[in-house]
Amino acid sequence: MTDVDVRSTTPATDAAGGPPARGIRSGGSARSSRRGGSLARRRLAAVGWGVLGVLLLVALWEGYKLVAPADGVLIGETRVLPRPTDLAMPHVWDMIGRLGEPVTRSPSAQALWLVILLAALTTLGIAAAGWLVGVVVGIGLALVMQRWRLAEWGLLPWIVLSQTVPLIAFAPIVKSWGSRVEIGSFEWQDWMSVALIASYLAFFPIAIGALKGLQSPDRIHEELMQTYAAGYWATLAKLRFPAAVPYLLPALRLGAANAVIGAVVAEVSTGLQGGIGRLLIQFAGQASGDPAKAWAPIFGAIVLGLVAAGSVALLGAILKNYRRTEEAA
Amino acid sequence: MSAPENAAAPEPAAAAAAPATAVRVAGVNKVFETRGGLVHALEGIDLEIAAGEFVSLIGPSGCGKSTLMRLIADLDAPSAGTITVFGKTPTQARLDQEYGIAFQQAGLLPWRTVAANVALPLELHGVASAPRKAKVEELLDMVGLADFADRYPDQLSGGMQQRVAIARSLAEQPRLLLMDEPFGALDEMTREKMQSDLVRISAETGAAVVFVTHSIPEAVFLSDRVVVMSPRPGRIREIVPMRLGASNAATTDAAARAARTDGLREDRSFFEMVTAVREALHGAPVAAGARGVETR
Repeated sequence: MTDVDVRSTTPATDAAGGPPARGIRSGGSARSSRRGGSLARRRLAAVGWGVLGVLLLVALWEGYKLVAPADGVLIGETRVLPRPTDLAMPHVWDMIGRLGEPVTRSPSAQALWLVILLAALTTLGIAAAGWLVGVVVGIGLALVMQRWRLAEWGLLPWIVLSQTVPLIAFAPIVKSWGSRVEIGSFEWQDWMSVALIASYLAFFPIAIGALKGLQSPDRIHEELMQTYAAGYWATLAKLRFPAAVPYLLPALRLGAANAVIGAVVAEVSTGLQGGIGRLLIQFAGQASGDPAKAWAPIFGAIVLGLVAAGSVALLGAILKNYRRTEEAA
Repeated sequence: MSAPENAAAPEPAAAAAAPATAVRVAGVNKVFETRGGLVHALEGIDLEIAAGEFVSLIGPSGCGKSTLMRLIADLDAPSAGTITVFGKTPTQARLDQEYGIAFQQAGLLPWRTVAANVALPLELHGVASAPRKAKVEELLDMVGLADFADRYPDQLSGGMQQRVAIARSLAEQPRLLLMDEPFGALDEMTREKMQSDLVRISAETGAAVVFVTHSIPEAVFLSDRVVVMSPRPGRIREIVPMRLGASNAATTDAAARAARTDGLREDRSFFEMVTAVREALHGAPVAAGARGVETR
């Protein structure tokens, strides 16, 4: 760009006015339709790979059962892989089949899958409550830390430290404190202790992600808001929160998965009835007589985590315009 | 929001009287504290910009031309001296939305459509939905992007993004436009097209413009006056008045600007002015024959 030869650039300038604009337009739509086609194919491939992964796991499980030595795999005296007995490793079809049978031999017993489903829903509800508390607390902390640098320096180490406290030790304390809470007609329920512990695990990634997101707007955007004489709240609503969405979505998903783990572990360690955590312990105790049954709550917990994370992914689909970047695609 | 309404009534009277001053900069110094010590970004800056006047700030990197613009915009405060914008402090002028601003990057919000981006300042200042829509439509028409209202910034070329940013800067009908190398990232052809557009738009709106650039032909083509600055510390070396085209006799700046067309780029007076600015920049006469060479 050293020579401004006016005579030769003038016609090009005129041309730059109209046609290139149309060119960009048609180019854009062609690009998006091509992208649309490959997107469907890519989604199909993703499902295919997912199914293949599950099948591979099944094949590995059954293959090991078929070829492994009767005593499992030992290194010295230490067993590193289990015995391939039906007790330690039930067949996949036995585990699936067991889901269709009644829980106990009593004639009034419900089917195992139904019991698991109901327990999973209970746990999901508790985890969701914990997740919501985690969202409020996490975003609240992030707002405070974004607003005041000093708060970030003061709070962030404690937030990180909070996650190093062993949950197992922590759960019974929360339960015993909770049982003493009584405000007017409000009485602390045991499930609330579980939800609180779930929120304790959930808030952490949300606080970190939200802080990163709220701090993410470019300086040019912040200064632009300043020139519009936009106050703190207007800047928050029009700039910081929308800009935080790409950071918040994975954080919320992580928080959802954490809330499920927290709820299950807290159910186990506080001994709360009705959830999937309790069934895990209960059915594991019956494993010697009914090995396939012990696996049912594990499958339930896995599905639970997937449902929780998937629900947040749905949120991402709704907010997809907030994940755009300014750069031309 | 009150600014446009207030501005509408007294303006004819003001125009009939002496031309008002848009920006007055008096004895301004700006010192930045850095790890390497104090940096004198600006020293002893005096400058007056009349209402409706187009003034370019030009100079090598580090001459403080962007800093000066940021001081006028109240994005930074001067270390010494005073700045007034339409007789107000820069802070008051910013709060009253007296100026519109455009940067080198378009700075559009990627999650908003073109129309919503232009509407942002109006939205922030509580303009009702219907007049807002009408205003946005008018602005997009002005920059030739009416067909792209529902697109997102990532679906536009760099030049189109910059045009959206200019439309946005005009949303509050400011009497002053501050532009910090708005065409710096564009290719030469788009750049010339945008320059012609800007000349037309500034003539249409009658706004004063402070335009930061380091392209001599750009400054010459656009401006009524070119402020040549030198670096370390940033000082005004010379202010070169532009006398371009056949419109010397024109009474107002706006009329003179409307007469400015692409043909001017080939005009003899254009090259003379380019030479004048270059000599001011280098502080010595330059050999003839090198005309039209851009020092960027």
